[in-house]
Amino acid sequence: MYDIKALYEAGSVAEAVRLRVEHPEAQIIAGGSDVLVQIREGRRAGVELISIYGIDALRGVTLDEAENLRIGSLTSFSHITRDPLIQRHCPVLGEAVDQVGGPQIRNIGTIGGNTCNGVTSADSASTLFAWDAVIELTGPEGVRRLPIADFYLRAGKVDVRPGEIQTAILIPRESYENCYGHYIKYAMRSAMDIATLGCSVNVRLSPDGTIARARIAYGVAGPVPLRAATAEAVARGQIPSRALADRFARAVLEDIHPRDSWRAAKDFREHIAVETARRAFCESVRRAGGELA
Amino acid sequence: MSIQYKEIHCTINGSPVDRMVDVRASLTDLLRNDFRLTSVKKGCEVGECGACNVIIDGECFNSCIYLAIWADGKNIRTLESLLGPNGELSDIQQAFIDEAAVQCGFCTPGFIMSAVEILESGREYTDDELRKLLSGHLCRCTGYENIIRAVKKTMYRRLGKPLPETT
Repeated sequence: MYDIKALYEAGSVAEAVRLRVEHPEAQIIAGGSDVLVQIREGRRAGVELISIYGIDALRGVTLDEAENLRIGSLTSFSHITRDPLIQRHCPVLGEAVDQVGGPQIRNIGTIGGNTCNGVTSADSASTLFAWDAVIELTGPEGVRRLPIADFYLRAGKVDVRPGEIQTAILIPRESYENCYGHYIKYAMRSAMDIATLGCSVNVRLSPDGTIARARIAYGVAGPVPLRAATAEAVARGQIPSRALADRFARAVLEDIHPRDSWRAAKDFREHIAVETARRAFCESVRRAGGELA
Repeated sequence: MSIQYKEIHCTINGSPVDRMVDVRASLTDLLRNDFRLTSVKKGCEVGECGACNVIIDGECFNSCIYLAIWADGKNIRTLESLLGPNGELSDIQQAFIDEAAVQCGFCTPGFIMSAVEILESGREYTDDELRKLLSGHLCRCTGYENIIRAVKKTMYRRLGKPLPETT
């Protein structure tokens, strides 16, 4: 038995919004792989819950009318990995979420829950940052969309306002078109572990082979996931090469600010941030069909 | 404080059932306490060890971090469903015995239900893929090698292929 004070179940988005307004103290539970564990630990013991797990309308991946990738917030990690649209337009996201926990966790864990937790180590978050994902929230006043970088307010705190639930994560067509990426999770174990650091890079090459755009984002390199804009500027317009990969990777130190924690020291995180940037950059260029001079 | 209940209808090991469930119950609680399906073990109870693993609508879930009310409308399978009409073991259970993949036995039902999902996919997996597919389970006795061998042997037997020579 869980220490739950009361539980309200929503069968639709409208019902979830109504329950959110009626029970402002209640916390949202999606797949529960974080919320239930925190109740068990005592951190959230005695809470009121609004379960949105039953809202099947929030499951699945589609292309909207503008051909943006639309991922329903309750889509599980395993379903994202297996989804044909993800495999075609943003395979790196499928690969990233395939490194969360273990198989059973990937069947219950949702991408909405992963982002709404607001933790910097979320395996989906760095790739969503690197692909300029847009968060969609639905509340009493209707639908609100904002860039994922604005959604994260601080460690453990995201911009979900009273009455709202997150309903989708979008990856704009402009973002995924002709874009190739790679994610590296650095952890102590190959499964059932939280990232010591996560690095997601993607590139788009120009017809002349130069880098039209390079984007890089990290988890656990700061209190929330973050982009490394200095590194991105270093790569822009350049011919891909090993030397460029080195300069790109070293430039991330201008933007990241990891901390010492029991998982790893700051110095070590900086070291693997540079190394993962270099490797993910080279792999992204290779996937884009480019060559490293 | 009054206890809050919800009526659910679901299928457990092939039988349709109705139950009033306490909203605070996990699916492990429901399966063990209401249906005496004690193959579903209480291990870590935080979704890390896999001892409570069951198949819901064809996918594996740790029932300890799955609310019992979410079982409404679902098709749930536990290890007990694998037994034949006269209590015969299934091929994967027999393989666990043959390979000495069972010692204390606490992790075994969870492992076997993951193996069932793997085997029912009808696909041929590499050793690395099998390791990843079984990585949501902890075994403190066997060291995993015998477990992986039991799953791998059964996979090849069901595929009608010879077991590849190990290098």
